[in-house]
Amino acid sequence: MALSPADVLAGIKEIVEEVAGIPAASIELDKNFTDDLEVDSLSMVEVVVACEERFGVKIPDEKVTDLATVGDAVNFIVNAAA
Amino acid sequence: MSQRRVVVTGLGATTPLGGDVDSTWKAILAGQSGVRLLTEDWRELLPVHFAARVATEPADQMERVEMRRLDRSEQFALVASREAWKDAGSPDDIDKERLGVVIASGIGGVITLLDQFVNLNEKGARGVSPHTVPMLMPNGPAANVGLELQAKAGVHTPVSACASGAEAVGYAYEMIKNNRADIVVSGGVEAAIHQLPMAGFAAMKALSTRNDDPARASRPYDRDRDGFVLGEGGGVLVLEEYEHAKARGAKIYCEIGGQGLSSDGYHIAAPDPDGSGVQRAIKFALANSGLSTKDIVHLNAHATSTPAGDVAEANALRKALGADADHVAVSATKSMTGHLLGGAGAIESVFIVKALQDRLAPPTINIENLDPAVTVDVVRDTPRQLPSGDIAALNDSFGFGGHNVVLVFKSL
Repeated sequence: MALSPADVLAGIKEIVEEVAGIPAASIELDKNFTDDLEVDSLSMVEVVVACEERFGVKIPDEKVTDLATVGDAVNFIVNAAA
Repeated sequence: MSQRRVVVTGLGATTPLGGDVDSTWKAILAGQSGVRLLTEDWRELLPVHFAARVATEPADQMERVEMRRLDRSEQFALVASREAWKDAGSPDDIDKERLGVVIASGIGGVITLLDQFVNLNEKGARGVSPHTVPMLMPNGPAANVGLELQAKAGVHTPVSACASGAEAVGYAYEMIKNNRADIVVSGGVEAAIHQLPMAGFAAMKALSTRNDDPARASRPYDRDRDGFVLGEGGGVLVLEEYEHAKARGAKIYCEIGGQGLSSDGYHIAAPDPDGSGVQRAIKFALANSGLSTKDIVHLNAHATSTPAGDVAEANALRKALGADADHVAVSATKSMTGHLLGGAGAIESVFIVKALQDRLAPPTINIENLDPAVTVDVVRDTPRQLPSGDIAALNDSFGFGGHNVVLVFKSL
C-alpha cells in the first residue's frame, strides 16, 4: 500500500510526541532525532517499533542507524511501503 | 578529624494517607486508615480483596512522558525525593562528588516485569519495551533519583525484604559517618500491588483476609489480627553531615544517633520466637549511639499485624529494654498505612522524625482487644505527648530472610 510522505510525517510526529514528549510542531523533516529532538537510544527503539506497527513496514535493526533525521525515516518508510 | 555527626534536613513521602509528608502526618495523627477495597477485577482471583494504594497517583505529580519510562516504584521514589530535596532547601550547589543516594525497594519493578511478560506473550519480542530492564531493576528507584540530582558519591540499593528501607537509611548514615559523602538522599519505596505478588503473600497466609472490613484489617497487637495489609508508596530522608548543614543554614530536624544490624539465622520467613536477633540489633544500635535504654521514649515498631510477628517483636523489645520499656511509647503505624515492604522502614523513619519534632507519638488504630501476650506500652487510638528535653526514639524493621535493622533518632 502506497503511503504519502505527508501522512508518514504526520504519523511520526504523533509517535515521537507520544514516546519522547516532544511537541509535534517542532518535529520537521530536517530535524536529527538525537541532536535536535534528543530522542535517546531506548526511545528510538520505541519509535521504530511504533512506526512498524502503524505503517505496516519492517525497519531492520541495521537500517535504524541510517535514519538520522525525520526525513530519512519518512523516505525509508515510504519506499518500504511502496 | 573530629567525629562526624549525621542529621536529617529534609523529608518526603507519598503514602496511602497522602501525597506528601504533611498530609500523611496529619492523617496519621488523626488515626485514619489508608486501606481500601481494590477496584480491579483481578481481586476476585485472590482471597484478599483490599490493599493500601497511594492517596495521590503519581500521574497527578509528574509529567506523562517521564512516567511512561519509569516503573511505579521509580515514580514514587522521584515524587518523594523531590519533596525531600525541596524541604532540605534544594542544596543544588553542593559538590556532586559529595552527594549520595541510597534508596531501597524490597521487590523492585515487579509490575513492569509482569506487564512486559504479557507483552512478550501477546506481541512477541518486538513488543517488549526497551525500557523494561531499567524499569524492573531493583536499583532503578535509586538510580533515577541519583541521575536527577547528579549524585556522584555513590548510588546504592540494599535489598533485605521488609527491612530494606531502614537498611537504606542506615547505609546512608554510614556513608556520611565514614566521610564518603556530606549529603545522602535515602529511603525506600515499594509498588507491588498486583495480583501475582499478592497471590504469593496470600499463599504464605501472610495477608489479612478481612474483606468485609478493609479499614480495620491492619490491626497490629489486636488479639484477632490475621495478617498484614499490602501497601505502596515510599519515604525519603535527606541526611546531612551536621557541620555541613549548619554552615549552609539548613533546617535541622534531628540527629541519627546510629544503627544496629543483625540476622536471625533461623528461618526464611518466620520470626525467631526467641527474638535474640532483634535484641542484639537493639543492643548494637544503642551502643553505636552512645545511648542507654533509659534515653528511649518512643519506638515505631515493625508490627505488621501478623499473628506470630507482633508478639515475637514485642517480647524481644521487652527483653532488650527491660524495665525501661515502661517509658517507651510504642506505635504501630502500619495499622494506618498498611505494610509498604521495602518502603516501610523509610516512611516509619519519617514518622519518627515528625514525632520528635511535634513531640507526639502516633497512634495505633484497630486494637479492639489488646493481645495479652503483648507486654509493651502501645499507644492506642490517639497520639501521645512525648517528654520535653533531650529524647531519643527507635525504628525497628525486619525482613524475610531474618534481617534486623534498628535505627536511632535523637532530638537536637
